[in-house]
Amino acid sequence: MRYIDPHIHMVSRTTDDYQRMAQAGCVAVTEPAFWAGFDRSSPQGFYDYYVQLTEVEPQRAAQFGIKHHCWICINPKEAEDVGFARDVIALIPQFLDKPGVLGVGEIGLNKNSKNELEILEAQIDLAAKHNQLVLVHTPHLEDKLKGTLLIMDAIANDGRIPPERVLIDHVEEHTVGHVLAKGYWAGMTLYPETKMTPQRAADVIECYGQERLWINSAGDWGCSDPLAVPKCQQEMRLRGHKPETIERISYDNPLQFLSQSERFSIE
Amino acid sequence: MPETPDPTCPLPRDAVVDRYFLEHRAKLLDVAAFLDRLDRSQAPEAADDDFRVEAMQRAIELLVDEKGDRAKRILELFSDPTPDPIPAAPMKGATGAYKEPK
Ligand SMILES: [Zn+2]
Repeated sequence: MRYIDPHIHMVSRTTDDYQRMAQAGCVAVTEPAFWAGFDRSSPQGFYDYYVQLTEVEPQRAAQFGIKHHCWICINPKEAEDVGFARDVIALIPQFLDKPGVLGVGEIGLNKNSKNELEILEAQIDLAAKHNQLVLVHTPHLEDKLKGTLLIMDAIANDGRIPPERVLIDHVEEHTVGHVLAKGYWAGMTLYPETKMTPQRAADVIECYGQERLWINSAGDWGCSDPLAVPKCQQEMRLRGHKPETIERISYDNPLQFLSQSERFSIE
Repeated sequence: MPETPDPTCPLPRDAVVDRYFLEHRAKLLDVAAFLDRLDRSQAPEAADDDFRVEAMQRAIELLVDEKGDRAKRILELFSDPTPDPIPAAPMKGATGAYKEPK
């Protein structure tokens, strides 16, 4: 069954993964900018990373018939040094009009600190000025609920970006209701062990419906599974969900949200 | 609120048991073995005060209170309940449970 993985960090994955994803039905991916597992030592390191996202990965994906898109930002894990982060943000506008760039992301919070919030607000401003879609990273574990609420407050306080143009990712059972009730899109990230599983994602779909909800693998350099989306499709199939429901969550919904950018295409 | 066309699992109850019982029996035993391991560890009384273990013990009570929404309520129990941003990030990672400042 065809699917879109709307959040996966392919720079960390092998070319074999592209091949296996294509064989499993993947037709398109979108790749947010994130933390490399270590702090980059200069803004130039981010510039090179943005070139990799906008020029190198689309070619690697195209070998397997997968359309690659990306999101540009400085991630919240490197936002504590505000001066450094602002130098990086100054590099971003030149990338926002490149082919395949869908918006600003994955911005958000990590430890819910004042500096992280300042840089989040700066990137909400950037997205609003350039009329971009926004992909939001929410903190993990004990910081998620508070961070999700602070992020939604920051977007609402800015007031220029309508909620239907924002996807708030890594929701779990305690945040999904808050996100959907405010009109945002919600993403569920499927992890093999520590956080949301394909089974729990299917539970959330059963409890909260199919509107404005998507699933993704967030596959990266850590323990993660680039085939998590087709595994969740399988979980839903084995539970007896209708093919239309599975297709809506894993294909139609990402297509609907992402198509708000004229640079998204699966043709 | 979003539409919830079918807020129930499509499987019959016995099929849910057939499909998931062994997996979750094993996870329950993992929790039991972890608590036993704490008891056997050196200076086991130190773990009684650990904020993570203490949060886990309160979470276990939610499993058997028959009030539903267990996953959501356990996640809330582990969450930082304070509303304001912290002055500075002390680290990049997270511990899995909220620790009240002394
Ligand atoms: Zn990510």
